[in-house]
Amino acid sequence: MRAVSTFLYRRPAVYVLMLLIPPLLWFGTVYLGSLFTLLAQSFYAIDEFTAKVVYQPTLATYEQVVTQPANVDIIMRTLSMAVAVTIACGLIALPIANYMVRYASPRARAFFYVGVMLPMWMSYLVKVYAWRLILAKQGILSWLLDTVGLGAALEALLRLPGVGGPSLSASYLGMFIVFVYMWLPFMILPLAAALEKVPESLLQASADLGARPVQTFRRVTLPLALPGLAAGSVFTFSLTLGDYIIPSVVGAPGYFIGMMVYQQQGTAGNIPLAAAFSVVPIVLIMIYLTLAKRAGAFDAL
Amino acid sequence: MRYRRWNEPSLGARLAAYAVLAFMHLPVLVIVLYAFTTADRTYEFPPPGLTFHWFEAAFARSDIWAAMRLSLSVAAVATVLAIVLGSLTALGMARGNFRGKESITVLLVLPIALPGIITGIALLSAIKSAQLDPGFWTIVAGHATFCIVIVYNNVVARLRRLPHSWIEASMDLGADGWQTFRHIVLPQTATALLAGGMLAFALSFDEIIVTLFTAGHERTLPIWFFNELFRPRERPITNVVAVVVMVVTFVPILIAYRLTRRGSA
Amino acid sequence: MTAAIEFRDVSRVYGEVHAVDRVSLTVQAGEFFAMLGPSGSGKTTCLRLIAGFETPDTGSVLLNGREVTDEPPYARDVNTVFQDYALFPHMSVLENVAYGPRVRGQRKDDWRRRAQEMLELVQLGNFGERRPSQLSGGQRQRVSLARALINQPRVLLLDEPLGALDLKLREEMQIELKNLQRRLGITFVFVTHDQGEALSMADRVAVFNRGRIEQLDTPRTLYMRPATAFVARFVGSANVVTGELAQRLSGRADPFAVRAENIRLRAPAAAPDADTVSCIGDVADVQYHGAVSRWQVRLESGEVFAAAVADAGNNGDFRIGARVRLEWLRSDAVPLSSAESP
Repeated sequence: MRAVSTFLYRRPAVYVLMLLIPPLLWFGTVYLGSLFTLLAQSFYAIDEFTAKVVYQPTLATYEQVVTQPANVDIIMRTLSMAVAVTIACGLIALPIANYMVRYASPRARAFFYVGVMLPMWMSYLVKVYAWRLILAKQGILSWLLDTVGLGAALEALLRLPGVGGPSLSASYLGMFIVFVYMWLPFMILPLAAALEKVPESLLQASADLGARPVQTFRRVTLPLALPGLAAGSVFTFSLTLGDYIIPSVVGAPGYFIGMMVYQQQGTAGNIPLAAAFSVVPIVLIMIYLTLAKRAGAFDAL
Repeated sequence: MRYRRWNEPSLGARLAAYAVLAFMHLPVLVIVLYAFTTADRTYEFPPPGLTFHWFEAAFARSDIWAAMRLSLSVAAVATVLAIVLGSLTALGMARGNFRGKESITVLLVLPIALPGIITGIALLSAIKSAQLDPGFWTIVAGHATFCIVIVYNNVVARLRRLPHSWIEASMDLGADGWQTFRHIVLPQTATALLAGGMLAFALSFDEIIVTLFTAGHERTLPIWFFNELFRPRERPITNVVAVVVMVVTFVPILIAYRLTRRGSA
Repeated sequence: MTAAIEFRDVSRVYGEVHAVDRVSLTVQAGEFFAMLGPSGSGKTTCLRLIAGFETPDTGSVLLNGREVTDEPPYARDVNTVFQDYALFPHMSVLENVAYGPRVRGQRKDDWRRRAQEMLELVQLGNFGERRPSQLSGGQRQRVSLARALINQPRVLLLDEPLGALDLKLREEMQIELKNLQRRLGITFVFVTHDQGEALSMADRVAVFNRGRIEQLDTPRTLYMRPATAFVARFVGSANVVTGELAQRLSGRADPFAVRAENIRLRAPAAAPDADTVSCIGDVADVQYHGAVSRWQVRLESGEVFAAAVADAGNNGDFRIGARVRLEWLRSDAVPLSSAESP
């Protein structure tokens, strides 16, 4: 045993290699292998008549994805939801993150941090389901709005195309609310971290020079907190873009990218199409990442 | 007008902050409330009454137990795999800088960084290409892959905080590599390992996105739950299962949190 | 007689930096050997090379005549006292001390007994069941000493062991360590950046600078006859005279050093003593240090000399700004081999 130990001691490279080979082997075959298979599949197409995959490289499937109006609709719909959710999360996260960092006493701040992290660790499905109940006809939200007398307003809202749907729990509005709820912690935490990095002395200087709190916030805090916002937005954007559970459970009839992927590999058995569709979020996320990097997101992570 | 101290928050700011916090927590409380409702199908609010009836009904359902057993065993195996592979990776990456180290870090994070749907469809297409049958082991494979990074993060953070002088002292006093690992490294990283394992377990138990692709005909508890969401009957039982899932995923996370807090204190 | 430790042309390079640059030295058995130098000079790296925590890129390391260059630390008959003591927090003090015998396979009764003996040796007999976190700095240091010595190594290495202690404790430990070494008779190799410590404790001192040994000698020789400007400046406070000034004062352009305490202050007009060298300057600063006062005198040519003069009360003649003559015996000027500044 000692001899082996001495052998490895003298050859640290061998030691590291021995340690890393099993996990790398696993990753290589299970994960990377799968990804390459996926990519490969996207370059095949399905034969319309036999409904079987034709193993010949082609761009036909990609063409299908980016040219067919129905598919473009799906992509646009998912993209706009992702953007809307990101903006909303940013707007909501600002007051709470700012409060946590600037105004809360140390004890309150710890309380807030735990309070923000807790939902992140709760079961994803349970949270989606909870919203389904809340948004249901005769659920809490309806009851609340009825008692306040806004029931009619809700009905009107639901009739709007692109916003509403058959009921709140099957509408774009409902989906939007659930998405915002789910990803809020992912936006708050990086934002709070970035806000903490803004030195108190800068804010004091701003106040000293005559700016009111709102002005200081807009001109000093916000620009400096941008990396945090960018970092958080990476999460909200990519998580919304790729999600298929929430659109299925709380969604309006219109399809989202994730649902397309799930459906195509399931009943339709059209894996190439599913693969091509799943490449779209990857590309979009890559683009978004480069944009976010410019805004300093990677420094804030 | 009373001048506030420049650093004092307005009432509005304070309310806004607490309101957001409440918004983040209320939905889950709603579920817990609904698990006790006496209403049969609808989601009336306020609930007409409270009862333990649905808990009894849930415990009698064999399909729920089957799904529960599957989830637990998948989580257990995936956690063990994640602990072994994650620790090996952490030990290899803790010290030294070599070419490709950053790439390996990116590789480890990729399963969690990319949307779950991509991991799911990728695994499925690989399974189909290899002409395997999706089932228990494919589920485990998927879970283990992104649980590795969870264990890795915990263990590598702890290893990096371990003063190198301790390892040198141990070797100086006569212990070889194995003995040093056994007497010094392992006791010190045990809590990190455990915490990582707990988090991995919770993640695996709760997993739905990738599992839907890799499960084939098997039903884990989240899959059972997901299917129920599209059925109209006996929904209060679903609430009970929701509460159970929450507890089973929340408790390990709480334990992991306490473990890491104690370790760093 | 075989040396306890021998370095033959040892180098350790990190990228571009030569942490240790072709160093050769021998340490005799039973010596109290000090490695002195500023941080980054290579002294700690040399210590680690002896212990086995680093492997040299060139050259060989020998312990007791045997080549150990490739051997891991657990195979060498050397033990180390670390700068941060490196006590294992999850073990009791007794278990810490007993670690060596334990991993070598001794029976529980044996190692418990021996560890207790060692603790008594360092006057910590009652502390066996405590945890390291419950001990003071000085106590931790003694535990790490006991832990190292229980293996009865031929050589004990100490890496800046007294740095974390306060002054009083440091002075006590210096005496204790010296006594311990004498009693045990083993070789001690001691790394420090404190020249006072090295001079007072060691039999021989190696002065390191930028990966090389500038001088290896007894403390007295180092002090009285520094070989280079660096050693002259680092050990004690010396004035290093170079270039034009050296030419003017000594008749040769070679650099030389004069110790501050060898310089006397005289009135400019008074006649110089026989066999002395003089130069004129203005008093720039005076600091009172009790038995000695330290004077800074700026010459016309710009150099500043430091003079350490016993405070005999008659130096009130020279106030700041006054003109004064610095005088030293010609024999007190020590020729240096290199005028490179550190």
